[in-house]
Amino acid sequence: MKYNVVVIGSGPGGYIAAIRCAQLGMKVAIIEKYDVLGGTCTNVGCIPSKALLDSSEHYHNAEKAFEEHGITTKGLSFDFKKMVDRKNGVVKANNDGIAFLMKKNKIDTYFGTGSFVTKNKVAVTNSKGEKTEIEGEKIIIATGSKPTQLPFIKVDKKRIITSTEALTLSEVPKHLIIIGGGIIGVELGSVYKRLGSKVTVVEFLDKIVPSMDDEVGKELLRVLRKQGMEFMLSTKVTGASVKGKEVTVTAENKTGEKVELKGDYCLVAVGRVPFTEGLNLEAVGVAKDERGRIAVNDNLETNVPGIYALGDVVRGAMLAHKAEEEGVYLAEILAGQKPHIHYNLIPGVAYTWPEAASVGATEQELKQKGVAYKSGKFPFRALGRARASGDLDGFVKILASKETDEILGVHIIGARAADLIIEGVVAMEYRASAEDIARMSHPHPTYTEAFKEACLMATESRPLNM
Amino acid sequence: MTEVKVPAVAESITEVTLSRYLVKEGDYVELDQPICELETDKASQEIPSPVAGTVKFVAAEGSDLKVGALICTVDETAAKPAGAPAKAEEKKAEVKKEEPKKEVVKETYASGTPSPAAKKILDEGAVKTTEVKGTGVGGRITKEDAINAVRSKANLPQREAFSRNERREKMSRLRKTISERLVYSKNSTAMLTTFNEVDMSAINKIREKYGDTFKKKNEVSLGMMSFFTKAVCLALEKFPAVNASIEENEIIYHDYCDVSIAVSTPKGLVVPVIRNAESLSLAGIEKKVKELAIKGRDGLLTMEEMTGGTFTISNGGVFGSLMSTPIINPPQVAILGMHKVQDRPVVIDGQITVRPMMYVALSYDHRIIDGKESVSFLVAVKDFLENPHKMLLGADPVDLLLEV
Repeated sequence: MKYNVVVIGSGPGGYIAAIRCAQLGMKVAIIEKYDVLGGTCTNVGCIPSKALLDSSEHYHNAEKAFEEHGITTKGLSFDFKKMVDRKNGVVKANNDGIAFLMKKNKIDTYFGTGSFVTKNKVAVTNSKGEKTEIEGEKIIIATGSKPTQLPFIKVDKKRIITSTEALTLSEVPKHLIIIGGGIIGVELGSVYKRLGSKVTVVEFLDKIVPSMDDEVGKELLRVLRKQGMEFMLSTKVTGASVKGKEVTVTAENKTGEKVELKGDYCLVAVGRVPFTEGLNLEAVGVAKDERGRIAVNDNLETNVPGIYALGDVVRGAMLAHKAEEEGVYLAEILAGQKPHIHYNLIPGVAYTWPEAASVGATEQELKQKGVAYKSGKFPFRALGRARASGDLDGFVKILASKETDEILGVHIIGARAADLIIEGVVAMEYRASAEDIARMSHPHPTYTEAFKEACLMATESRPLNM
Repeated sequence: MTEVKVPAVAESITEVTLSRYLVKEGDYVELDQPICELETDKASQEIPSPVAGTVKFVAAEGSDLKVGALICTVDETAAKPAGAPAKAEEKKAEVKKEEPKKEVVKETYASGTPSPAAKKILDEGAVKTTEVKGTGVGGRITKEDAINAVRSKANLPQREAFSRNERREKMSRLRKTISERLVYSKNSTAMLTTFNEVDMSAINKIREKYGDTFKKKNEVSLGMMSFFTKAVCLALEKFPAVNASIEENEIIYHDYCDVSIAVSTPKGLVVPVIRNAESLSLAGIEKKVKELAIKGRDGLLTMEEMTGGTFTISNGGVFGSLMSTPIINPPQVAILGMHKVQDRPVVIDGQITVRPMMYVALSYDHRIIDGKESVSFLVAVKDFLENPHKMLLGADPVDLLLEV
């Protein structure tokens, strides 16, 4: 078969690119290695982790927060298998949704591993070993990423696991040791902490969620510690071994002392690496950069004309919504349009509770660049809405230019931060000043009031409710 | 001290307008660096400096000068200032700085920031954000601003709503000449127009079939102009009065067809001439048309290339005109107007069918061309265009063979 565009990989970058291409009148095929569409995000990332985070949070609230609201429960328990089944159901519904979208947009789906034959021809080998060759005027590589492995730790996928296995465990760990205090580590740590596991996070740096603003990281660390999660910062893991049901993790703290941790599961969550195995890139000469990512220009085109790449497999944040933006962007480029992406304005979110979210520059980045800025911070606990719900932790922090008052960064930790951050994105896309936002009506009583108050703080240091 | 005088541009030109200086008074100019631009009835011309030195203006910008009049002087004894080229750049920068000051709108750090949708629209319309006046909060460029900017780039400069502004501009020499000649033509001839329509199927087929080969061989595209010019020349041979001109009480008949082609240029309409078009091949005509069009666009047409002409072809179709009455270019006595080719239903052999049709118009001076001649001429042109094989021999080959 011949297509205008062949997309390899059906994650959020790939399938969105396919849909937008189809909308723009191109004949599109999409290739997926696994039996289901959706990639990491839908199957072993965003969606299943959020399903488990929500389930575990309900349990956590019932256990810890209901009493304060006057609700008493007797014999509270949970069925972990049912939780996992529900999660699987959520994933399945998303798989079906994407399959429907492919059909609706008349996109042909090929299941199997795609590998280049020539720059316009891709061979798809399915699980039975059958090979189909399809041709595309343009090929989009959207093969995503996989969890990073540490050279000195062998992941056996049973006791020493990655995020993928952490979403399909058959039991709640007694003691889960997590290597890596990034977003994936603290999210999955939260799930099992809430379900009763002892959770120990071992992090090489002296802070957690290093991509976020330091103040947000500190607040998150404080809250998670309060919830009972244990953190060993500035600690370098040196090895991990399995003996029966026991995992032993060895590490060195910053003074050089040896530390040994024993648990029943060890999650390696030290980031993700671009995934290009099986693509046979050598056959067409697609070049990678020094970090193993497919090298692309501003139009997401590789060094081979007609072959493009997007999402986790190229430079930039490894986020589903970044990949989606690139999917739309690339499709429109292929259609001869001139879209654009503000990479600086792609928000980042951690789905812990409280949630943490950010967009734009962090305070440490502004300091490093020597930008004159001012900061406005407003705690949720001063809001009526937060008091009513009992979600008192966290704050909104606005960083604005000292000269112009233009908002340069927004950092939120608190209830519903993941949804609140979009106000920051809109404001920054339009280069709003802190005062602009402060002069817009924010509904009362809502968490968004903290956004407005933080802007007032940043503008003239004159909050109304503090 | 070297004097720069108005050169003899062409035989018929006695006066020119000094449209503008290209340097500033006191500037140091290099040898052959253009000093000023002169405008004649038909073209504009840059005057290069005969020597290197500093310029002193004598005639003012906008003044009308006789041939031989002094424009300016160049003092070749002046020393070349150090870093002279940089000076010119500085000046450009100064001019740019001044422009935004005229704006009354308060500038903010966000002025000119396009909204996400506006940015895409501007990028696609190849409009820079600096070319757009943002009406959004703080001078931001809204989606509407972007749409207007792209539209106005395509058409007219943007006007403010309900503006009552007017502006006056001195008519350029070229425009003045065009206006005088058009009014003269209307007033001094007995002009009227006859219409017909041409089925372009045959020519389209030839262009489709032979276009690529033609281009490869001749390095010029096979357009419609060559077919029309050829058809016109053949028809002119049949009806010599249409190819004549009037001088006083005499009619001058031409044994050659010098076909004037109306070309739109940034400065206005010019009418360069294809000499002896009747003797040129189609490729020869296409090459000449291309050469004249490029020269016209770049303002490089000479007086010789624009005078004379025994008949004119004007193609309003390139701008989308469906029908019009062209004005005769005296002393010529006729002009053919080409128009847009449009698919239209026509009746052929009792059947309604869709054909690519073009209306053609012939304006002629009734003083010396009778209705019968003019109409027959246009019918002949139509016939050649619809049956291009007749152009080969000036008649139907079978007719010639059978001598009927």
